Amino acid sequence: MIPAAFEYVRADSVDAALSALTEYGDEAKLLAGGHSLLPLMKLRLAAPSVLVDVGRLDDLRYINDAGDYIAIGALTRHRDLETSSLLASAAPLLAHAAGHVGDPQVRHRGTIGGSLAHADPASDLPAVALAMGATIVATGPNGTREIAASEFYTGFLESALAPDELLTEIRIPKLDTQGWSFQKFNRRAQDWAIVGVATVRANGSTGVGLVNMGSTPLLASAVMDAVKSGANAADAAALANEGTEAQSDINASSEYREHLARVLVRRSLEESGLS
Amino acid sequence: MKITVTVNGVERSGDVEPRTLLVHFLRDELDLTGTNIGCDTSSCGACTIHVEGQSAKSCTMLAAQADGLELTTIEGLANGDILHPMQRCFQENHGLQCGYCTPGMVMAAISLLDENPNPSETDVRIGLEGNLCRCTGYHNIVKSVLACAAESNGASK
Ligand SMILES: Cc1cc2nc3c(=O)[nH]c(=O)nc-3n(C[C@H](O)[C@H](O)[C@H](O)COP(=O)(O)OP(=O)(O)OC[C@H]3O[C@@H](n4cnc5c(N)ncnc54)[C@H](O)[C@@H]3O)c2cc1C
Ligand code: FES
Ligand code: FES
Repeated sequence: MIPAAFEYVRADSVDAALSALTEYGDEAKLLAGGHSLLPLMKLRLAAPSVLVDVGRLDDLRYINDAGDYIAIGALTRHRDLETSSLLASAAPLLAHAAGHVGDPQVRHRGTIGGSLAHADPASDLPAVALAMGATIVATGPNGTREIAASEFYTGFLESALAPDELLTEIRIPKLDTQGWSFQKFNRRAQDWAIVGVATVRANGSTGVGLVNMGSTPLLASAVMDAVKSGANAADAAALANEGTEAQSDINASSEYREHLARVLVRRSLEESGLS
Repeated sequence: MKITVTVNGVERSGDVEPRTLLVHFLRDELDLTGTNIGCDTSSCGACTIHVEGQSAKSCTMLAAQADGLELTTIEGLANGDILHPMQRCFQENHGLQCGYCTPGMVMAAISLLDENPNPSETDVRIGLEGNLCRCTGYHNIVKSVLACAAESNGASK
Protein backbone atom coordinates (compact mmCIF):
# COMPACT_ATOMS: atom_id res chain seq x y z
CA MET A 1 0.00 0.00 0.00
CA ILE A 2 1.42 3.32 -1.05
CA PRO A 3 0.29 6.75 0.15
CA ALA A 4 -1.30 9.23 -2.24
CA ALA A 5 1.24 11.64 -3.73
CA PHE A 6 2.34 14.63 -1.65
CA GLU A 7 5.02 17.24 -1.53
CA TYR A 8 7.74 16.69 1.07
CA VAL A 9 9.42 19.50 2.99
CA ARG A 10 12.06 18.80 5.60
CA ALA A 11 12.19 21.46 8.32
CA ASP A 12 15.62 22.12 9.78
CA SER A 13 14.38 24.41 12.55
CA VAL A 14 11.21 25.19 14.49
CA ASP A 15 10.96 28.47 12.56
CA ALA A 16 11.24 26.69 9.24
CA ALA A 17 8.48 24.27 10.30
CA LEU A 18 6.25 27.17 11.37
CA SER A 19 6.75 29.07 8.12
CA ALA A 20 6.00 25.93 6.09
CA LEU A 21 2.77 25.49 8.07
CA THR A 22 1.84 29.12 7.42
CA GLU A 23 2.73 28.83 3.76
CA TYR A 24 0.81 25.63 3.03
CA GLY A 25 -2.04 26.12 5.49
CA ASP A 26 -4.66 23.37 5.67
CA GLU A 27 -2.93 21.30 3.00
CA ALA A 28 0.03 20.54 5.24
CA LYS A 29 0.55 17.94 7.95
CA LEU A 30 3.52 17.64 10.26
CA LEU A 31 5.45 14.37 10.15
CA ALA A 32 7.32 13.41 13.33
CA GLY A 33 7.99 9.69 13.81
CA GLY A 34 5.35 8.89 11.21
CA HIS A 35 4.04 5.92 13.16
CA SER A 36 0.48 7.14 13.35
CA LEU A 37 0.36 9.23 10.20
CA LEU A 38 2.05 6.92 7.68
CA PRO A 39 -0.14 3.89 8.48
CA LEU A 40 -3.20 6.12 7.87
CA MET A 41 -1.69 7.46 4.64
CA LYS A 42 -0.86 3.96 3.42
CA LEU A 43 -4.50 3.00 3.85
CA ARG A 44 -5.43 6.35 2.23
CA LEU A 45 -7.42 7.30 5.32
CA ALA A 46 -5.30 10.45 5.27
CA ALA A 47 -4.00 12.17 2.15
CA PRO A 48 -2.31 15.45 3.03
CA SER A 49 -0.85 17.21 0.00
CA VAL A 50 2.22 18.47 1.86
CA LEU A 51 4.21 16.76 4.62
CA VAL A 52 6.43 18.95 6.76
CA ASP A 53 8.99 16.60 8.29
CA VAL A 54 10.06 17.74 11.75
CA GLY A 55 11.68 14.39 12.54
CA ARG A 56 15.18 15.84 12.40
CA LEU A 57 14.60 18.63 14.94
CA ASP A 58 17.00 17.18 17.47
CA ASP A 59 16.76 20.44 19.43
CA LEU A 60 13.32 19.19 20.44
CA ARG A 61 14.61 15.83 21.64
CA TYR A 62 15.39 16.15 25.36
CA ILE A 63 14.26 15.26 28.86
CA ASN A 64 15.35 17.95 31.33
CA ASP A 65 14.83 18.77 34.95
CA ALA A 66 13.42 22.31 34.83
CA GLY A 67 12.99 22.84 38.56
CA ASP A 68 9.26 22.58 39.21
CA TYR A 69 8.65 20.26 36.29
CA ILE A 70 10.27 17.85 33.89
CA ALA A 71 10.52 19.32 30.39
CA ILE A 72 10.28 16.84 27.52
CA GLY A 73 10.91 17.92 23.94
CA ALA A 74 8.16 16.96 21.49
CA LEU A 75 10.51 14.91 19.30
CA THR A 76 11.62 12.71 22.19
CA ARG A 77 11.02 9.11 21.21
CA HIS A 78 9.17 6.46 23.18
CA ARG A 79 12.44 4.57 23.61
CA ASP A 80 14.08 7.67 25.15
CA LEU A 81 11.21 7.97 27.62
CA GLU A 82 11.32 4.28 28.45
CA THR A 83 15.04 4.33 29.25
CA SER A 84 15.35 7.76 30.90
CA SER A 85 16.74 7.56 34.43
CA LEU A 86 15.32 11.01 35.16
CA LEU A 87 11.81 9.83 34.28
CA ALA A 88 12.33 6.55 36.11
CA SER A 89 12.67 8.53 39.32
CA ALA A 90 10.56 11.64 38.63
CA ALA A 91 7.74 10.23 36.47
CA PRO A 92 7.84 6.44 36.59
CA LEU A 93 4.29 6.14 35.22
CA LEU A 94 5.34 7.86 31.99
CA ALA A 95 8.54 5.85 31.55
CA HIS A 96 6.67 2.60 32.17
CA ALA A 97 3.75 3.42 29.87
CA ALA A 98 6.13 4.49 27.08
CA GLY A 99 7.69 1.04 27.32
CA HIS A 100 4.27 -0.45 26.52
CA VAL A 101 3.58 1.55 23.37
CA GLY A 102 3.44 -0.76 20.36
CA ASP A 103 6.63 -2.76 19.94
CA PRO A 104 10.37 -1.95 20.02
CA GLN A 105 10.45 -0.89 16.37
CA VAL A 106 7.56 1.54 16.98
CA ARG A 107 9.22 2.89 20.11
CA HIS A 108 12.47 3.55 18.23
CA ARG A 109 10.67 5.94 15.84
CA GLY A 110 7.47 7.25 17.48
CA THR A 111 7.57 10.47 19.49
CA ILE A 112 5.74 11.79 22.54
CA GLY A 113 4.74 14.95 20.65
CA GLY A 114 3.20 12.88 17.85
CA SER A 115 1.42 10.65 20.35
CA LEU A 116 -0.15 13.59 22.17
CA ALA A 117 -0.91 15.66 19.05
CA HIS A 118 -2.52 12.78 17.19
CA ALA A 119 -5.24 12.80 19.90
CA ASP A 120 -6.13 9.17 19.42
CA PRO A 121 -8.30 7.94 22.30
CA ALA A 122 -6.61 4.52 21.93
CA SER A 123 -3.12 5.92 22.57
CA ASP A 124 -1.42 5.34 25.87
CA LEU A 125 0.50 8.54 26.49
CA PRO A 126 -2.44 11.00 26.37
CA ALA A 127 -4.07 9.16 29.29
CA VAL A 128 -0.79 9.37 31.17
CA ALA A 129 -0.47 13.10 30.43
CA LEU A 130 -4.01 13.61 31.73
CA ALA A 131 -3.44 11.57 34.90
CA MET A 132 -0.21 13.43 35.67
CA GLY A 133 -1.68 16.88 35.00
CA ALA A 134 0.83 17.63 32.25
CA THR A 135 1.04 20.93 30.40
CA ILE A 136 1.45 21.05 26.66
CA VAL A 137 3.50 23.83 25.11
CA ALA A 138 2.49 24.95 21.62
CA THR A 139 4.56 27.27 19.47
CA GLY A 140 2.97 29.25 16.65
CA PRO A 141 3.69 32.31 14.54
CA ASN A 142 2.79 34.53 17.52
CA GLY A 143 4.91 32.73 20.06
CA THR A 144 4.34 30.14 22.69
CA ARG A 145 1.33 29.20 24.81
CA GLU A 146 0.64 26.60 27.46
CA ILE A 147 -2.35 24.29 27.35
CA ALA A 148 -3.38 22.05 30.25
CA ALA A 149 -3.66 18.42 29.18
CA SER A 150 -7.22 18.47 30.54
CA GLU A 151 -8.09 21.21 27.99
CA PHE A 152 -6.13 19.71 25.12
CA TYR A 153 -8.45 17.05 23.73
CA THR A 154 -11.41 18.51 21.88
CA GLY A 155 -12.73 15.67 19.69
CA PHE A 156 -11.87 12.47 17.86
CA LEU A 157 -8.30 12.99 16.60
CA GLU A 158 -8.72 16.68 17.39
CA SER A 159 -6.75 18.80 19.79
CA ALA A 160 -6.55 22.42 20.87
CA LEU A 161 -3.50 22.91 18.61
CA ALA A 162 -4.12 25.42 15.83
CA PRO A 163 -3.18 24.27 12.31
CA ASP A 164 -0.22 26.65 12.30
CA GLU A 165 1.11 25.51 15.68
CA LEU A 166 3.77 23.00 16.59
CA LEU A 167 3.66 21.07 19.83
CA THR A 168 7.14 21.79 21.17
CA GLU A 169 7.31 20.65 24.78
CA ILE A 170 5.49 18.59 27.38
CA ARG A 171 5.82 19.62 31.02
CA ILE A 172 5.27 17.00 33.67
CA PRO A 173 4.84 18.43 37.17
CA LYS A 174 7.29 17.02 39.67
CA LEU A 175 5.02 15.04 41.88
CA ASP A 176 5.71 13.56 45.24
CA THR A 177 4.47 10.20 43.96
CA GLN A 178 2.95 7.84 46.51
CA GLY A 179 1.88 5.26 43.99
CA TRP A 180 1.14 4.75 40.32
CA SER A 181 -0.17 2.10 38.00
CA PHE A 182 -0.59 1.51 34.29
CA GLN A 183 -3.10 -1.12 33.21
CA LYS A 184 -3.27 -2.00 29.55
CA PHE A 185 -5.63 -4.72 28.40
CA ASN A 186 -5.08 -6.13 24.93
CA ARG A 187 -5.18 -9.46 23.19
CA ARG A 188 -1.91 -9.42 21.27
CA ALA A 189 1.31 -8.07 22.76
CA GLN A 190 1.94 -5.29 20.23
CA ASP A 191 -1.67 -4.10 20.06
CA TRP A 192 -3.28 -0.92 21.21
CA ALA A 193 -5.19 -1.13 24.47
CA ILE A 194 -8.78 -2.36 24.26
CA VAL A 195 -9.04 -0.36 27.47
CA GLY A 196 -6.20 1.18 29.45
CA VAL A 197 -5.96 3.02 32.76
CA ALA A 198 -3.16 5.31 33.99
CA THR A 199 -3.23 6.25 37.66
CA VAL A 200 -0.97 8.38 39.76
CA ARG A 201 -1.44 9.20 43.44
CA ALA A 202 0.63 12.16 44.52
CA ASN A 203 0.55 15.39 46.51
CA GLY A 204 -2.68 14.32 48.19
CA SER A 205 -4.70 13.75 45.04
CA THR A 206 -5.29 10.99 42.52
CA GLY A 207 -5.25 11.33 38.73
CA VAL A 208 -6.86 8.64 36.60
CA GLY A 209 -6.67 8.69 32.79
CA LEU A 210 -8.64 6.34 30.53
CA VAL A 211 -7.55 4.87 27.20
CA ASN A 212 -10.16 3.99 24.57
CA MET A 213 -13.27 4.83 26.60
CA GLY A 214 -14.68 7.51 24.29
CA SER A 215 -13.89 9.69 21.33
CA THR A 216 -11.04 11.42 23.18
CA PRO A 217 -8.54 10.45 25.85
CA LEU A 218 -10.43 10.99 29.12
CA LEU A 219 -9.99 11.75 32.79
CA ALA A 220 -12.06 9.54 35.07
CA SER A 221 -13.29 12.59 36.97
CA ALA A 222 -15.99 10.82 38.97
CA VAL A 223 -13.45 8.27 40.20
CA MET A 224 -11.00 11.01 41.12
CA ASP A 225 -13.66 12.95 43.06
CA ALA A 226 -14.76 9.82 44.89
CA VAL A 227 -11.21 9.01 45.97
CA LYS A 228 -10.81 12.58 47.13
CA SER A 229 -13.90 12.25 49.33
CA GLY A 230 -12.50 9.11 50.89
CA ALA A 231 -14.02 6.28 48.84
CA ASN A 232 -12.15 3.00 48.74
CA ALA A 233 -10.82 1.53 45.48
CA ALA A 234 -13.84 -0.71 44.81
CA ASP A 235 -16.43 2.03 45.42
CA ALA A 236 -14.50 4.59 43.39
CA ALA A 237 -13.96 2.14 40.52
CA ALA A 238 -17.70 1.53 40.28
CA LEU A 239 -17.89 5.08 38.86
CA ALA A 240 -15.35 4.39 36.11
CA ASN A 241 -17.89 4.78 33.30
CA GLU A 242 -19.32 8.13 34.31
CA GLY A 243 -18.76 10.59 31.50
CA THR A 244 -17.42 7.93 29.10
CA GLU A 245 -18.86 6.87 25.76
CA ALA A 246 -17.10 3.63 24.96
CA GLN A 247 -17.44 2.51 21.34
CA SER A 248 -18.09 -0.97 20.03
CA ASP A 249 -15.64 -2.24 17.44
CA ILE A 250 -14.07 -5.45 16.18
CA ASN A 251 -12.17 -5.90 19.45
CA ALA A 252 -14.88 -5.29 22.02
CA SER A 253 -18.45 -4.19 22.58
CA SER A 254 -19.07 -1.03 24.54
CA GLU A 255 -20.50 -3.09 27.43
CA TYR A 256 -17.33 -5.13 27.57
CA ARG A 257 -15.23 -1.97 27.56
CA GLU A 258 -17.31 -0.58 30.44
CA HIS A 259 -16.78 -3.76 32.39
CA LEU A 260 -13.03 -3.63 31.69
CA ALA A 261 -12.86 -0.01 32.77
CA ARG A 262 -14.39 -0.81 36.17
CA VAL A 263 -12.08 -3.78 36.69
CA LEU A 264 -8.94 -2.01 35.49
CA VAL A 265 -9.64 1.18 37.44
CA ARG A 266 -10.02 -0.86 40.62
CA ARG A 267 -6.78 -2.76 39.94
CA SER A 268 -5.05 0.45 39.08
CA LEU A 269 -6.17 2.23 42.27
CA GLU A 270 -5.18 -0.79 44.34
CA GLU A 271 -1.80 -1.08 42.69
CA SER A 272 -1.27 2.63 43.40
CA GLY A 273 -1.74 1.87 47.07
CA LEU A 274 -5.38 2.77 47.69
CA SER A 275 -7.18 0.08 49.64
CA MET B 1 13.70 13.98 -5.00
CA LYS B 2 17.27 12.80 -4.65
CA ILE B 3 18.26 10.89 -1.54
CA THR B 4 21.49 9.31 -0.36
CA VAL B 5 21.70 6.62 2.30
CA THR B 6 24.49 4.44 3.58
CA VAL B 7 23.28 0.86 3.33
CA ASN B 8 25.43 -1.91 4.75
CA GLY B 9 28.40 0.45 4.71
CA VAL B 10 28.00 1.53 1.09
CA GLU B 11 26.71 4.92 0.01
CA ARG B 12 23.73 4.57 -2.33
CA SER B 13 21.72 7.31 -4.01
CA GLY B 14 18.41 7.31 -5.77
CA ASP B 15 15.70 9.48 -7.16
CA VAL B 16 12.43 8.81 -5.36
CA GLU B 17 8.93 10.14 -5.18
CA PRO B 18 8.31 11.60 -1.70
CA ARG B 19 5.70 8.90 -1.10
CA THR B 20 8.14 6.04 -1.75
CA LEU B 21 8.33 3.82 1.30
CA LEU B 22 11.81 2.94 2.49
CA VAL B 23 11.14 -0.77 2.00
CA HIS B 24 10.23 -0.21 -1.64
CA PHE B 25 13.35 1.86 -2.17
CA LEU B 26 15.50 -0.92 -0.72
CA ARG B 27 13.81 -3.70 -2.67
CA ASP B 28 12.95 -2.07 -5.98
CA GLU B 29 15.69 0.53 -6.44
CA LEU B 30 18.62 -1.00 -4.59
CA ASP B 31 17.69 -4.61 -5.31
CA LEU B 32 18.06 -5.54 -1.64
CA THR B 33 15.19 -8.00 -1.65
CA GLY B 34 16.10 -9.72 1.62
CA THR B 35 13.87 -7.26 3.45
CA ASN B 36 10.32 -8.60 3.10
CA ILE B 37 6.87 -7.06 3.15
CA GLY B 38 4.31 -9.07 5.07
CA CYS B 39 1.44 -6.69 5.80
CA ASP B 40 -0.17 -3.34 5.10
CA THR B 41 -0.64 -2.38 8.71
CA SER B 42 2.84 -2.02 10.25
CA SER B 43 2.17 -5.14 12.28
CA CYS B 44 4.32 -8.03 11.05
CA GLY B 45 7.91 -6.80 11.27
CA ALA B 46 9.03 -8.72 8.15
CA CYS B 47 10.42 -5.41 6.88
CA THR B 48 12.57 -4.76 9.96
CA ILE B 49 15.98 -3.20 9.27
CA HIS B 50 18.31 -1.11 11.39
CA VAL B 51 18.14 2.65 11.09
CA GLU B 52 21.11 4.26 12.83
CA GLY B 53 21.65 0.97 14.61
CA GLN B 54 18.12 0.48 15.93
CA SER B 55 15.39 -1.82 14.63
CA ALA B 56 12.71 -0.07 12.60
CA LYS B 57 9.91 -1.12 10.27
CA SER B 58 10.98 0.04 6.81
CA CYS B 59 7.37 -0.09 5.60
CA THR B 60 6.51 2.67 8.06
CA MET B 61 9.17 5.12 6.97
CA LEU B 62 9.46 7.16 3.85
CA ALA B 63 12.65 6.73 1.87
CA ALA B 64 12.89 10.53 2.22
CA GLN B 65 13.03 10.20 6.01
CA ALA B 66 16.10 7.97 5.69
CA ASP B 67 18.04 10.47 3.57
CA GLY B 68 21.53 10.84 5.04
CA LEU B 69 21.09 8.02 7.54
CA GLU B 70 22.90 4.78 8.07
CA LEU B 71 20.91 1.61 7.37
CA THR B 72 21.64 -2.08 7.79
CA THR B 73 19.61 -4.78 6.07
CA ILE B 74 19.82 -8.55 6.35
CA GLU B 75 22.26 -8.54 3.40
CA GLY B 76 24.72 -6.54 5.50
CA LEU B 77 25.15 -9.09 8.29
CA ALA B 78 27.22 -11.95 6.91
CA ASN B 79 30.91 -11.54 6.23
CA GLY B 80 31.26 -13.32 2.92
CA ASP B 81 30.35 -16.93 3.64
CA ILE B 82 30.58 -16.45 7.38
CA LEU B 83 27.13 -15.91 8.83
CA HIS B 84 26.48 -13.35 11.54
CA PRO B 85 26.23 -15.20 14.89
CA MET B 86 22.48 -14.48 15.02
CA GLN B 87 21.99 -15.97 11.55
CA ARG B 88 24.01 -19.02 12.52
CA CYS B 89 22.05 -19.47 15.75
CA PHE B 90 18.79 -19.37 13.77
CA GLN B 91 20.23 -22.02 11.46
CA GLU B 92 21.53 -24.23 14.26
CA ASN B 93 18.35 -23.99 16.32
CA HIS B 94 15.89 -24.40 13.47
CA GLY B 95 14.66 -20.87 14.06
CA LEU B 96 12.96 -20.78 10.68
CA GLN B 97 10.42 -22.77 8.74
CA CYS B 98 9.36 -21.05 5.50
CA GLY B 99 11.83 -18.26 6.26
CA TYR B 100 9.58 -15.35 5.32
CA CYS B 101 9.68 -13.65 8.69
CA THR B 102 13.34 -14.53 9.26
CA PRO B 103 15.14 -11.44 7.96
CA GLY B 104 12.94 -9.24 10.13
CA MET B 105 13.25 -11.57 13.11
CA VAL B 106 17.03 -11.61 12.84
CA MET B 107 17.27 -7.82 12.56
CA ALA B 108 14.88 -7.35 15.49
CA ALA B 109 16.76 -9.93 17.55
CA ILE B 110 20.14 -8.24 16.99
CA SER B 111 18.67 -4.90 18.07
CA LEU B 112 17.12 -6.61 21.10
CA LEU B 113 20.49 -8.02 22.23
CA ASP B 114 22.16 -4.65 21.67
CA GLU B 115 19.73 -3.17 24.18
CA ASN B 116 19.60 -6.14 26.52
CA PRO B 117 22.61 -8.46 26.12
CA ASN B 118 21.41 -10.86 28.78
CA PRO B 119 17.68 -11.35 28.27
CA SER B 120 15.44 -13.89 29.96
CA GLU B 121 13.15 -16.01 27.82
CA THR B 122 10.31 -13.61 28.68
CA ASP B 123 12.44 -10.63 27.66
CA VAL B 124 13.01 -12.26 24.27
CA ARG B 125 9.32 -13.04 23.77
CA ILE B 126 8.34 -9.49 24.69
CA GLY B 127 11.25 -8.00 22.76
CA LEU B 128 10.08 -9.70 19.56
CA GLU B 129 6.46 -8.58 19.96
CA GLY B 130 6.78 -6.50 16.78
CA ASN B 131 7.47 -9.54 14.61
CA LEU B 132 4.95 -12.15 13.55
CA CYS B 133 5.74 -15.64 12.25
CA ARG B 134 2.91 -17.12 10.21
CA CYS B 135 4.51 -20.55 10.55
CA THR B 136 4.24 -19.88 14.30
CA GLY B 137 7.72 -21.18 14.94
CA TYR B 138 8.17 -18.90 17.91
CA HIS B 139 9.59 -21.54 20.19
CA ASN B 140 12.70 -22.10 18.11
CA ILE B 141 13.05 -18.43 17.27
CA VAL B 142 13.24 -17.63 20.98
CA LYS B 143 15.64 -20.55 21.44
CA SER B 144 17.87 -19.17 18.67
CA VAL B 145 18.03 -15.71 20.22
CA LEU B 146 18.78 -17.11 23.68
CA ALA B 147 21.51 -19.31 22.18
CA CYS B 148 23.08 -16.31 20.49
CA ALA B 149 22.96 -14.29 23.72
CA ALA B 150 24.52 -17.15 25.70
CA GLU B 151 27.23 -17.56 23.08
CA SER B 152 28.24 -13.91 23.03
CA ASN B 153 28.12 -13.69 26.83
CA GLY B 154 30.34 -16.76 26.99
CA ALA B 155 32.74 -15.24 24.51
CA SER B 156 33.02 -11.96 26.40
CA LYS B 157 33.68 -13.59 29.77
C1 LIG C 1 2.27 -1.17 14.88
C2 LIG C 1 2.01 0.03 15.73
C3 LIG C 1 1.55 -0.14 17.02
C4 LIG C 1 1.30 0.96 17.83
N1 LIG C 1 0.85 0.74 19.09
C5 LIG C 1 0.62 1.78 19.90
C6 LIG C 1 0.17 1.57 21.23
O1 LIG C 1 0.03 0.45 21.70
N2 LIG C 1 -0.06 2.67 22.00
C7 LIG C 1 0.12 3.93 21.54
O2 LIG C 1 -0.09 4.87 22.28
N3 LIG C 1 0.56 4.17 20.29
C8 LIG C 1 0.81 3.11 19.46
N4 LIG C 1 1.25 3.35 18.19
C9 LIG C 1 1.41 4.75 17.71
C10 LIG C 1 2.76 5.30 18.10
O3 LIG C 1 2.80 5.54 19.46
C11 LIG C 1 3.05 6.61 17.35
O4 LIG C 1 4.42 6.78 17.42
C12 LIG C 1 2.44 7.86 17.93
O5 LIG C 1 1.09 7.71 18.15
C13 LIG C 1 2.60 9.03 16.98
O6 LIG C 1 3.87 9.58 17.09
P1 LIG C 1 4.70 9.89 15.81
O7 LIG C 1 5.87 10.65 16.24
O8 LIG C 1 4.95 8.64 15.07
O9 LIG C 1 3.71 10.87 15.04
P2 LIG C 1 3.34 11.04 13.51
O10 LIG C 1 2.72 9.82 12.96
O11 LIG C 1 4.48 11.62 12.77
O12 LIG C 1 2.22 12.17 13.65
C14 LIG C 1 0.96 11.90 14.21
C15 LIG C 1 0.07 13.16 14.13
O13 LIG C 1 0.53 14.16 15.02
C16 LIG C 1 0.92 15.33 14.32
N5 LIG C 1 2.16 15.77 14.95
C17 LIG C 1 3.29 15.04 15.14
N6 LIG C 1 4.20 15.75 15.82
C18 LIG C 1 3.65 16.95 16.07
C19 LIG C 1 4.10 18.12 16.76
N7 LIG C 1 5.31 18.18 17.33
N8 LIG C 1 3.26 19.18 16.82
C20 LIG C 1 2.03 19.14 16.24
N9 LIG C 1 1.54 18.06 15.60
C21 LIG C 1 2.34 16.98 15.50
C22 LIG C 1 1.09 14.90 12.88
O14 LIG C 1 0.82 15.96 11.99
C23 LIG C 1 0.07 13.80 12.75
O15 LIG C 1 -1.20 14.32 12.54
C24 LIG C 1 1.50 2.28 17.35
C25 LIG C 1 1.96 2.47 16.05
C26 LIG C 1 2.22 1.36 15.23
C27 LIG C 1 2.70 1.60 13.84
S1 FES D 1 5.60 -5.08 6.23
FE1 FES D 1 4.53 -5.72 8.00
S2 FES D 1 5.37 -4.37 9.48
FE2 FES D 1 6.36 -3.72 7.71
S1 FES E 1 9.20 -19.09 9.36
FE1 FES E 1 7.47 -18.89 8.08
S2 FES E 1 6.71 -16.97 8.70
FE2 FES E 1 8.16 -17.38 10.20
